[in-house]
Amino acid sequence: MVQNYILLFIGAALVNNIVLVKILGLCPFMGVSKKLEASVAMAMATAFVLTIGSGTSYFISEYLLGTDLFYLRTVSFIVVIAGVVQFTEMWMEKNSPVLYQVLGIYLPLITTNCAVLGIPLLNVQHKHNLFESLIFGFGGAVGFSIVLILFASMRERLEAADVPAVFQGAAIAMVTGGLMSLAFMGFAGLVR
Amino acid sequence: MSSLLNIVKQSFGLGAVAVSGGVHPPEHKHESTTQAVGQLPLPQQLTLPLRQHVGNLPKVLVKLGDYVLKGQLLAEAEGNISAAIHAPSSGTITSIEDALIPHPSGLPDRCITIALDGKDEWIAHAPIDWRKLETEQDKSKLLEGLRSSGIVGLGGAAFPTQVKLRTNAKSSVDTLVLNAAECEPYITCDDMLMRERADQILKGLEIAQHLLGAKQCLIGIEDNKPEAAEAMRHACANSPLSKLVPLKVVVVPTQYPSGDARQLIRLLTGIEVPADKRSTDVGLQCFNVATVLALHRYFDFGEPSISRIVTITGNVQKPANYEVLFGTSVADLVQAGGGALADTDGYIMGGPMMGFNLPSVSVPITKASNCVIASAPNLFPSAPPAMPCIRCARCADVCPVSLQPQELYWFAKSSNLEKARDYNLFDCIECGCCTYACPSNIPLVQYYRFAKSEIIAQDRAKEAANLARERNEFRLMRIDREKQERAEKHAQKAAGAKAEAAKTEATSATEAPEDEAMAAKKAAIAAAIERAKAQKAAAAPQNVVDAIPSVQAEIAEIDARREAAKQSVTDAIATNDAQEEK
Amino acid sequence: MLTAVYVMLFLALLLGVLLGYSALKFKVDGDPLVARIDAILPQTQCGQCGFPGCKPYATAIAAGEADINQCPPGGDAGARALADLMGVEYKPLNAEHGLPKPKSVALIYENTCIGCTLCIQACPVDAILGAAKHMHTIIASECTGCELCLAPCPVDCITMEPIAESPDNWKWRYPVFDIKSVGQVGNLQAGTRH
Repeated sequence: MVQNYILLFIGAALVNNIVLVKILGLCPFMGVSKKLEASVAMAMATAFVLTIGSGTSYFISEYLLGTDLFYLRTVSFIVVIAGVVQFTEMWMEKNSPVLYQVLGIYLPLITTNCAVLGIPLLNVQHKHNLFESLIFGFGGAVGFSIVLILFASMRERLEAADVPAVFQGAAIAMVTGGLMSLAFMGFAGLVR
Repeated sequence: MSSLLNIVKQSFGLGAVAVSGGVHPPEHKHESTTQAVGQLPLPQQLTLPLRQHVGNLPKVLVKLGDYVLKGQLLAEAEGNISAAIHAPSSGTITSIEDALIPHPSGLPDRCITIALDGKDEWIAHAPIDWRKLETEQDKSKLLEGLRSSGIVGLGGAAFPTQVKLRTNAKSSVDTLVLNAAECEPYITCDDMLMRERADQILKGLEIAQHLLGAKQCLIGIEDNKPEAAEAMRHACANSPLSKLVPLKVVVVPTQYPSGDARQLIRLLTGIEVPADKRSTDVGLQCFNVATVLALHRYFDFGEPSISRIVTITGNVQKPANYEVLFGTSVADLVQAGGGALADTDGYIMGGPMMGFNLPSVSVPITKASNCVIASAPNLFPSAPPAMPCIRCARCADVCPVSLQPQELYWFAKSSNLEKARDYNLFDCIECGCCTYACPSNIPLVQYYRFAKSEIIAQDRAKEAANLARERNEFRLMRIDREKQERAEKHAQKAAGAKAEAAKTEATSATEAPEDEAMAAKKAAIAAAIERAKAQKAAAAPQNVVDAIPSVQAEIAEIDARREAAKQSVTDAIATNDAQEEK
Repeated sequence: MLTAVYVMLFLALLLGVLLGYSALKFKVDGDPLVARIDAILPQTQCGQCGFPGCKPYATAIAAGEADINQCPPGGDAGARALADLMGVEYKPLNAEHGLPKPKSVALIYENTCIGCTLCIQACPVDAILGAAKHMHTIIASECTGCELCLAPCPVDCITMEPIAESPDNWKWRYPVFDIKSVGQVGNLQAGTRH
């Protein structure tokens, strides 16, 4: 029983990594990863929103919408996610204005993060119960965080490296992201 | 791999503690140890830079044309961390102005130049009793004296020694380490010093141990100096210090940079001083052999620091060691070494790893100069062009401070100074091992030096900006405050005048209209008195004390008249009041 | 159909209450952004940006009324730091507001000074020592080089002296490598094809 949850977690985090395998949530991945502290902050914020979002989305889709109001799923998920992101923003502005400033526009952009909407929708699709939804959501968030922090570290090194002029900036970042994606394909088959 | 093996061995208590990293460049020490330490003939003049030590510049006490004796105080230490400058020989002060100094920038700095008269006459000096150390005052008196002795670390760091001999309740010294390693190639001044004056070094060590209250003394020597080690062992056996505390000569394997204070401490005691702490915080203090010898000369003879042994080697006829007075020109030293050979293309002050190119040969020898190397294309070929970094990490293998030179290189290269600071750039001792090991011939230390001086300049600018911000805010606040005070005063005066007018109005409210004129006149007089009082308060104090009697009499007359006038006005008011009351 | 409306209304109300409560609980006073911009500015208080000091300029940047490239004493590095902080594209310095000059300190030529105190009133950091009918002198360590004292002086006795490089403030240079030509590239004659 527990083994299933562990496998679900690893699956969400590594095997079906939302950024590198499912190619969702690229906006903060490319936008915030220039600095390591910003990436850590973004990873934690997204993790929080994802987990809470997954949980509340389960409640909404299960009890509030049921099977008749299925067409309201996307709208209501977005509304909830927007609310949670707003809450996170306010909390961050109060408690760490430095990080709030560092993240800038990318904090409210978590609302439009396709990964943050994608995970609850996947939960519904896979018919997960509450606990599974939370684990799936948290696993996805952990996977997102790992990749974001790794990528930020690499981009900091790329800043200092002798990159040819045509590749500097976004181009070399995309190439690196692609190579990371190839690397993460190695996890395929890890969890049957 | 070898470092990993070392770590494993050490964790099992096997094997010697070795220098972590480090390199073994060719030593080139035999060239300059073939003869005894020589004495240079007295030069024509000596040029003493004021900046010969770490800390504040000393304050010059002499002026142009002064005749000074050997050992006379020329500039006194100023501030907490500073050292004095003494005349190394007798003569006349011919200039106190900017002259070329041995500095990598090649920029001139303030120097005192003495034209020597050849008499070499000592100033009166006497030994100081350093054994009397019962009270705190004794200790502070000795350290005060040391502050004006001009003694600084003669190993190259030039840190004022009196600061290192202070102990307080917080930092007590258990182990006193004597640094006789002299790990850099070509330099042999400490080697010859130990071979010839080991017993004087031990006498100095006694003094240092007594002042610090150290419980044991360790002398660290590299194994490429067997004669010096033997001489030190012999001196230790004969020294009264060996009966007081455990005193040991420890021979360490030759590896550059074992002479770095923290490296040597680790080699001798196994204690690794944390990067953010000083060695005194873990109960250790480290001195160079030449420094403790200077202590002995000062306390037991009263002689301030006026000379040191300097190695002249490299592309010269006769490499050797000489006892050189501070301020002697490097040209004189090169001459003593038999003159530079024809293909000499420059001079290096210091060793080949940490030294710098001299801007010219006519710079003076200072307290920090331990060696002069004449360089030639065959001895020091020009560096091949730098190639891109291949991330081989050989630099990380050899770094004695266990830093990541390749990361520091990338950050310094792209001017990412914050990251460089985070990767402990300021723990770098600029030993040059990384540059020596780099297969791409990248001048790594130059990048670190650039990054360090940029960061220091930025920090200074930031501090200055903070101060300027404070001053600006205070000024704005002051202007506001003055405006407010003026407004208040105006309001008060207006209120006061109104109150006065109201008062007089009240008293004369029942009077006839003729008396209104009287009341107005009274108010005017009252206001005039107020004004006069205010003016008197604001006026400068009377300056009559120095005036001649007739003027004084006149002033006295005027004063009397003023008093009479005042009295009459008061009388007028009084009579007015009396009239009204009637 | 109506249930859908009720469901959405309910969600909206719930979130509204939650967010309203958080808005009150996590209320932020003041604008730390101005302080952070001010920390980057060099505090020369020269007014070249068009504002009477560094704090007003910082306030203007925070309010979006001023651009980030108006500060010559901050130089290129300052403009980049401001661009980083504000999350906008870096812009080179606007020449309208002046060009970066080497750091200087004011110097009063004492023979000409008449002790009028006009420069003392002009100095934004109170770096001039003096009083009415007394000699004025610049406290060099506090002078920011803003040049605001030059204009008010009626006898034109103040000059700006650039700070000279001394062994005290000398900086190691960035390692630069000479690119030397190794030799001629082939022996082709112009116009000849082989």
